[in-house]
Parts: sequence; C-alpha cells; structure tokens
Amino acid sequence: MTWDWGRAGEIAPELFTTGLKVTAQATLGAAVLAFLLGLVLALALRAPTRWVRLPVRVLIELIRSTPLLAQLFILYYVLPSALGITMGALTTGIVGLGVHYACYTAEVYRAGIDNVPKGQWEAAVALNLPRLRVWTSVILPQAVRKVLPALGNNLIGIFKESPQLALITVVDVLGLARQLGSEDFRYLEPLTLAGLFFLVVAIPSSILVRRLERRLES
Amino acid sequence: MKADPKADPTAEPQYMIRFDKVGKRYGDHQVLRDLDFTVRPRERCTLIGPSGSGKTTILRLLMTLERVTSGTIEVDGELLSHMRRGDRLVPADEKHLRRVRRKVGMVFQQFNLFPNMNVLRNITEAPVRVLGRSREEAEQRAMELLEMVGLSGKADAHPGRLSGGQQQRVAIARALAMEPEILLLDEVTSALDPELVAGVQSLLRDIASEGNLTILCVTHEMNFARDISDRVLMFDHGQIVEEGPPEKIFSDPVEQRTRDFLQAVLQT
Ligand SMILES: Nc1ncnc2c1ncn2[C@@H]1O[C@H](COP(=O)(O)OP(=O)(O)O)[C@@H](O)[C@H]1O
Ligand SMILES: [Mg+2]
Repeated sequence: MTWDWGRAGEIAPELFTTGLKVTAQATLGAAVLAFLLGLVLALALRAPTRWVRLPVRVLIELIRSTPLLAQLFILYYVLPSALGITMGALTTGIVGLGVHYACYTAEVYRAGIDNVPKGQWEAAVALNLPRLRVWTSVILPQAVRKVLPALGNNLIGIFKESPQLALITVVDVLGLARQLGSEDFRYLEPLTLAGLFFLVVAIPSSILVRRLERRLES
Repeated sequence: MKADPKADPTAEPQYMIRFDKVGKRYGDHQVLRDLDFTVRPRERCTLIGPSGSGKTTILRLLMTLERVTSGTIEVDGELLSHMRRGDRLVPADEKHLRRVRRKVGMVFQQFNLFPNMNVLRNITEAPVRVLGRSREEAEQRAMELLEMVGLSGKADAHPGRLSGGQQQRVAIARALAMEPEILLLDEVTSALDPELVAGVQSLLRDIASEGNLTILCVTHEMNFARDISDRVLMFDHGQIVEEGPPEKIFSDPVEQRTRDFLQAVLQT
C-alpha cells in the first residue's frame, strides 16, 4: 500500500467541507451547551438548600463516571422509544457531548469560584451590592478569567471526542474518512488526512491554551 | 432612652451605634460577651487592644459580615442585627440588612479592590447599582473623590498596577462614594510598606477632621489614634477594659492591662 497523492487530492475537498462542517457544528454546539449548562450546575452546587445540591451532585457524578458512548447510546436509541422524544442524530450528539462535558465544566467553574478571595465577597457586601450583581460584576468575571485555560482544555476535549458521535450515525471528518475508505478499501489516504486534521487543530490549540495559562499567571 | 425617629424626624438619635449585651461566639469560643457600648453621631472612636481581643469582630458585626449570637445592635436608631415581627425580635433578613447597611462603610486591611475593574469602575459600581446614580453623575463624584485622595491620574488604571498605598486610597474613595454615616477602618495601614503609611494616615486625618462621619477605627498606631479620635476604647478578651479621651488613655491610663498593652505597642 503506497500513498497516492492523486487520491488524497481527490477526497480532500469533500472531507474538509461536508465532514468538517459536521465536526465544527458538533464541537461548537456541544461547547456552548457545556459552558452554559456547566455554569448553571456550578451555581446549583452552591444552592442554599440541599434539595437542589444533592440531586445535582448525583447527576454530575453519574455522568462523569459512565462512558460517553453509553450516554450517547441511551440518548439516541433508548430515550426516544421510552419517552417518545426524537431528535436528529447531530442534535442528539450535541446534547450528549454537551451535557457530558457540562459536568466536567461545572467542576472547573466551581474551582474558579472557590478561588475568589473571601475579601472580594466582603467588599461587595460592604458596598451593599445586590446578590445577583455580586455574581455578575465581581465573582464570575474573576472566577471565569482564572479558569479560561481549563475551559480551553475542555473545548479541545470536546473536539477530540466528537468522532464518538459516529455511534449514533453522525458522519464527521473521521466518519466520512471511514466511509470513503470503505468504498474501495483504500483507507490510507482518507484516515491519514483525517488524523492530520485533528493534529493540526489540536496541537496549536493546546499551545494557545498553555500560553494563556502563562499569561494569566503573571 | 431610645430615640424614636418616627416621633420627630428631624431629631438626631442619641446614638449612631449601640451595642446592647452583644455576644459573639465562634464554635465554642466566646469572643464577645454581654458587650455594651455606644457611639454618638459624628464621634470618632478608636479601638485598641491586644490581637485576638475582638476588635475586628466588632467592626465585622457592624458591617453585617457576621451575625451576633446574642444581644442586639442598633445603627442610627434602627435595629441592624434584628428586625421586629409583630412584637418579637427576629434575626434581620437580607432585605432589612440591605436597608440598614447603607449607612455603614468599611475599609479593609487588605484593600479588597475588585481586580477585574479599573479604579473608576471600582468607585462607581456601587453608587450606580445600589444608589441608582447615573453613570455620569457617579463618575463625576468619583473623580472628585480621586482628586481628594490624590489619584486623579489613576482613574483608568487597574488596581494591580497600583502601590499598596494607592490601592488603599482608592478603597477609601470607594467607601466614601456610598456616602456612609459610619466609616469602619480595620487596621487600614497594617498591610502597607512603612514609607506608604504616613500618606494614608494623613488622608484619613483630613477625612476625620471634616467631622461629618462617625468613625470606628482599629489601629496599632498610637499617634494616629491620638490624632483622629475623640475617644479611645481599650479592649481585652472582648471586654472594654478602659475608655476615655486619647490624652487620658495614652498619658495616664488607670488600668494595668492598658499600661502593659501600651508599653508593648510602643516598644515595637
Ligand atoms: N471566623 C472565625 N472563626 C473562628 N474564630 C474566629 C473567627 N474570626 C475570629 N475568630 C477568633 O475571634 C477572636 C477575636 O478575633 P478578632 O476580632 O479578629 O480580634 P482582633 O481584631 O482584636 O485581633 C480571635 O481569637 C479569633 O481567633
Ligand atoms: Mg483585627
């Protein structure tokens, strides 16, 4: 089996339009969901009543300790027949990946919030700022800034795990590469291109996150 | 003896601050026990005493950062720690606290400026969000205050770029922007490099000498205490050991514990 440049050039356009579009949609959709829902979960973990805290804690632990594949499977194949909800494959994938990562992101936010010095809360009370305003003006901006690198890492994580959506028939860059390969059993070019694509995105992103980390530390 | 503001709205309450049998306990450590004391409107009081004697706790109770475990606190003739429900006293809820807390401002040892806002925003955030000032109005007032604390040029700077002394000046301006009746100062120069202490102290001397604020100050700087206070209260183990005008307390203390404390402080 030798590398065929002609074939690589032939499949690249399709791989990086149709496939890339799905990967981008899955990654960004799931990230937005994870970052928003994660914040909601983090705040729920600090709710005054444990009737909120406890169920949220259980949900987070449950999702974090089971494989994403199992969750996707349940969402796509079990829930529709059980509850009569049907969503498209990509939407289901975005929800599954987003909720899964929301549980990790909640912990990230929680650490960031805990890291804001007590004196900041006290100054906010001394100025009589309303509760909601304390969160939006004082605590969250500081907490989120502290955890930007960790959020960046989660974004990269979502990107790298997005091919798992293949289980529920979502065809992303990697899935498309496999399809193209299976047409004539010449997998080398499509899979190599797909692998390279993930490398080319993930490595610079990791470097950027590392840089951001260093800048925020100083 | 309590002034009733409803009887005559122009009458000034006799006390700006009143502690009535206040107790404060952390776990099984009783920090304050049956503490009674009062501060008149526009009076400037300094609390001195050994570390751990409960001075910070008193200020934090007034700022509602802590809750009393027994007794009551009144501010400007109004209950701060409690509120009336029918003829019973119940612990104050957040709404009540927010209303009475308006009258109190505090400057902290560690400044506690908001690092995510520039200097101007630090000063204007609360007047805009709490007092409902327009942004222009709040900024104009903030610039006046910055001028007063000698930092007109730093409105756009971020707190992290300022020296400790400058940060504390901004914190003072931020507290004053809320137009409190009572200003609480908790060892506000203790975290400063020695060469920056004098500047902040002289600013506070000016503010105190204007005479329109009730000031409760905790400090280990006895000269500063002498300059700014009408009355000095010596604390030990959550109790007032001795009180009086600064000349009296510093030159001719009656209690042995006061003498020992002053000697220890003046030696360092
Ligand atoms: N949050 C807290 N939990 C437990 N103990 C505390 C707390 N805050 C203060 N204390 C204790 O209360 C006592 C009085 O403290 P404080 O009011 O800070 O004294 P001072 O300001 O006079 O040095 C000290 O023994 C201190 O250890
Ligand atoms: Mg103290």
